[in-house]
Amino acid sequence: MSDKDILLTVKGLRIEGRSDDTWSEIVKGVDLTLHKGEVLGLIGESGAGKSTIGLAAMGFARDGCRISGGEINFDGIDLRAASESERRDLRGKRIAYVAQSAAASFNPAHKLIDQYSEAPIQHGVMGRGEAESDAKDLYARMQLPEPNDIGFRYPHQVSGGQLQRAMTAMAMACRPDLIIFDEPTTALDVTTQIEVLSAIRDIVEQFDTAAIYITHDLAVVAQMADRIKVLLKGEEVEEADTRTMLSNPTEDYTKSLWAVRSYARPEQPPVGDGTPVVSVRNVTAAYGITDVLHDVSFDIHPRRTVAVVGESGSGKSTTARVITGLLPPRRGETLFNGEALPIDYKKRTREQLRQAQMIYQMADTALNPKLKIRELIGRPAQMYLGLNGKALEDRTRDLLSLIELEPDNYIDRLPSELSGGQKQRIGIARALAAEPQFIICDEVTSALDQLVAEGILKLLDKLQSEFSLAYMFITHDLATVKSIADEVVVMKEGVVVEQGTKSEMFQPPHDPYTELLLSSVPEMDPDWLTTLLKERTATAT
Amino acid sequence: MGFFTGLFWLAVAIIAAMAAGWVFRQAAIAVSPKGVAKELRTAPLTASFGMLMIILYILAAFFAPVIAPFSETEIVGREYQAWDNVHLLGTDNLGRDMMSRLIYAARNTVGIAFITTALAFLLGSVLGLLAAVVGGWVDQLLSRAVDVLMAIPALIFALLLLTIIGTSVINMILVIALIDSTRVFRLARAVAMNIVVMDYVEAARLRGESLWRLITREILPNAMAPLVAEFGLRFCFVFLTISALSFLGLGIQPPTADWGSMVKDNATLISFGDITPLLPAGAIALLTVSVNFVVDWQLHRASGLKE
Repeated sequence: MSDKDILLTVKGLRIEGRSDDTWSEIVKGVDLTLHKGEVLGLIGESGAGKSTIGLAAMGFARDGCRISGGEINFDGIDLRAASESERRDLRGKRIAYVAQSAAASFNPAHKLIDQYSEAPIQHGVMGRGEAESDAKDLYARMQLPEPNDIGFRYPHQVSGGQLQRAMTAMAMACRPDLIIFDEPTTALDVTTQIEVLSAIRDIVEQFDTAAIYITHDLAVVAQMADRIKVLLKGEEVEEADTRTMLSNPTEDYTKSLWAVRSYARPEQPPVGDGTPVVSVRNVTAAYGITDVLHDVSFDIHPRRTVAVVGESGSGKSTTARVITGLLPPRRGETLFNGEALPIDYKKRTREQLRQAQMIYQMADTALNPKLKIRELIGRPAQMYLGLNGKALEDRTRDLLSLIELEPDNYIDRLPSELSGGQKQRIGIARALAAEPQFIICDEVTSALDQLVAEGILKLLDKLQSEFSLAYMFITHDLATVKSIADEVVVMKEGVVVEQGTKSEMFQPPHDPYTELLLSSVPEMDPDWLTTLLKERTATAT
Repeated sequence: MGFFTGLFWLAVAIIAAMAAGWVFRQAAIAVSPKGVAKELRTAPLTASFGMLMIILYILAAFFAPVIAPFSETEIVGREYQAWDNVHLLGTDNLGRDMMSRLIYAARNTVGIAFITTALAFLLGSVLGLLAAVVGGWVDQLLSRAVDVLMAIPALIFALLLLTIIGTSVINMILVIALIDSTRVFRLARAVAMNIVVMDYVEAARLRGESLWRLITREILPNAMAPLVAEFGLRFCFVFLTISALSFLGLGIQPPTADWGSMVKDNATLISFGDITPLLPAGAIALLTVSVNFVVDWQLHRASGLKE
């Protein structure tokens, strides 16, 4: 492509962020060039500065951030020198932004189509009637159901995937030259993700719009981008076109990102006399009067990991609540080592409570922010094992060593003084402190970066063999299932669709739903989405 | 001309107050241990001034007999004497020293307000947290009872209750504490409702923790910030209620000095252009504003707002 086609150039971009009255650099001299109609993928872990750079491409810095150096040139306009009203004129009209959480970004008090029309009317591109008919056209192109009517609904009346597509349509309203997508599919299920991805890709191609696609998911970016730029802590690691980058990354950091997906441990052989640690028998449970679980049964054997997979709303977490006794089922029971547990946790003995522990998805809300690590981890040991004084202190330190955190360094910290991965490790230590036989891991890695998540999975694996633990691993991420599970239970709408060992599960024939789930997991092949969509259309007709 | 002179003195007063706040903050940082000093550094000048004033009030309350030139109740001169060297602020309607009564009243009014607020908080927050944690019919029962109490206008309800059970300091404390605890209950329950749904509370329940430990270790520490802020505000309201009741003759009974009744007793002087009766009212206003300055700062910190 020639230089005439260049739409956006960023040179030596530096952005500073403020914490406690000191400014520190969070983007350290990044260059970026984007041609017309080109899609550039920005990837990196959290804290890499992806979103900050994305916003800076609109000449915008978040509260508490400032652009401290470099040039941003959009189609001949110097965005740093431009006045606020000139920049405002560009935003929404020539540069648009699609945020990660459409649910949080739409105004819940207005209908979708009203929010759609706002930018075109504001910028004087279209009148009201024109904007509405245009919206319907774009809704149809975004493959939204009932495109003529969906705009007249409120945001809470449409699903998450539809909302994300409606937001992309909204960004397209003024036919901008550049759209910035900030993790648009991260909060979605794999099956919904495909729909959104293909809709976004089609529309960007149709209007020949340039885009910056920000994500931490390599497989997703491989489908969407022409070129990929890898970022680490505010600096560029490397940049190349998508195929080169995937097949032949040069930097070690990029290689390590690529390698995460290949972590897998061998399937564990069954141990013991065949009595399952936990056995869920014909459980039917309801919230209010609506049944959300229908006749769910599965076993978890000692020293094995059972992964429970499914989309949101499939009843995975509800099953966990039934096992822990938080939600007494309407019918059915939970057996522990062959003996029935009281269905309500309040009626369980302390010993029964000790044996089944739980690790939560969001370590932020799972750890009391006002308690020190010492008490967070020490409390279960004190309660269940009656440890006190020196013995308790020693045990707490042992636990910290087990989760690979230096005891002297961490024992007196508060959760807010830890990183996300470290917090999750504390959650693991708290579960271990009770010396249980069985641990429920509820989406423990889904809030973490891939490298950190891999560390957690390896730790869980190590602890499993050391203490003969049985895990119930709730997840929607099939890559995680591949790496850690021995057995898989697939759930959909409160029903167990299929269950079996991992090797059976990942080999055909599958249940149609399992098939759909498996095929929806993005792969690192840049042609994957195109091929998949072709196959699906072929089978549908 | 008078207007501009007034404006000038107002500006001087504000600058002096801020300067006093700054000096107080520097001094406090110098003498405090490291952790407290770091917190103090974040205090704006208004909050520093507020803290200084609160400390002065507390000192006046504690050392009233030492500071006050005359006794609280003794008649030491003619009625309504003007300001002079002996009676710095003159005398009141019975010939008692105004200055001394003003200082003693700090002890009575502030002390009683503090006890009342503390009682209201103890009652309101314990019940509020309990309602949130236990839920179900306990919550229903407590919440509806509070609704009923809150449906009646506070001051009128207080007047009514005091007329029924008789006026005494103890009765007044109990009545105001009861009425104000309903407001505390609502806040404590609302704050705790957001906390009980947290995963760490669920984890504690599943661990088999007792109700008492759930409330004191898991929920209360996380509800502290809004409750402390509310304590400051509530203290002001209680304080104003006591003064209002005293002004109406149902609060602190003579001859005990208190700011509310001092305004009432000397109100006639206002007609003669004398500002003396306004001094107790000013003392009330200054303390209320000071407490709010400090509360604002704490709220700001607790909510994590910047700028």
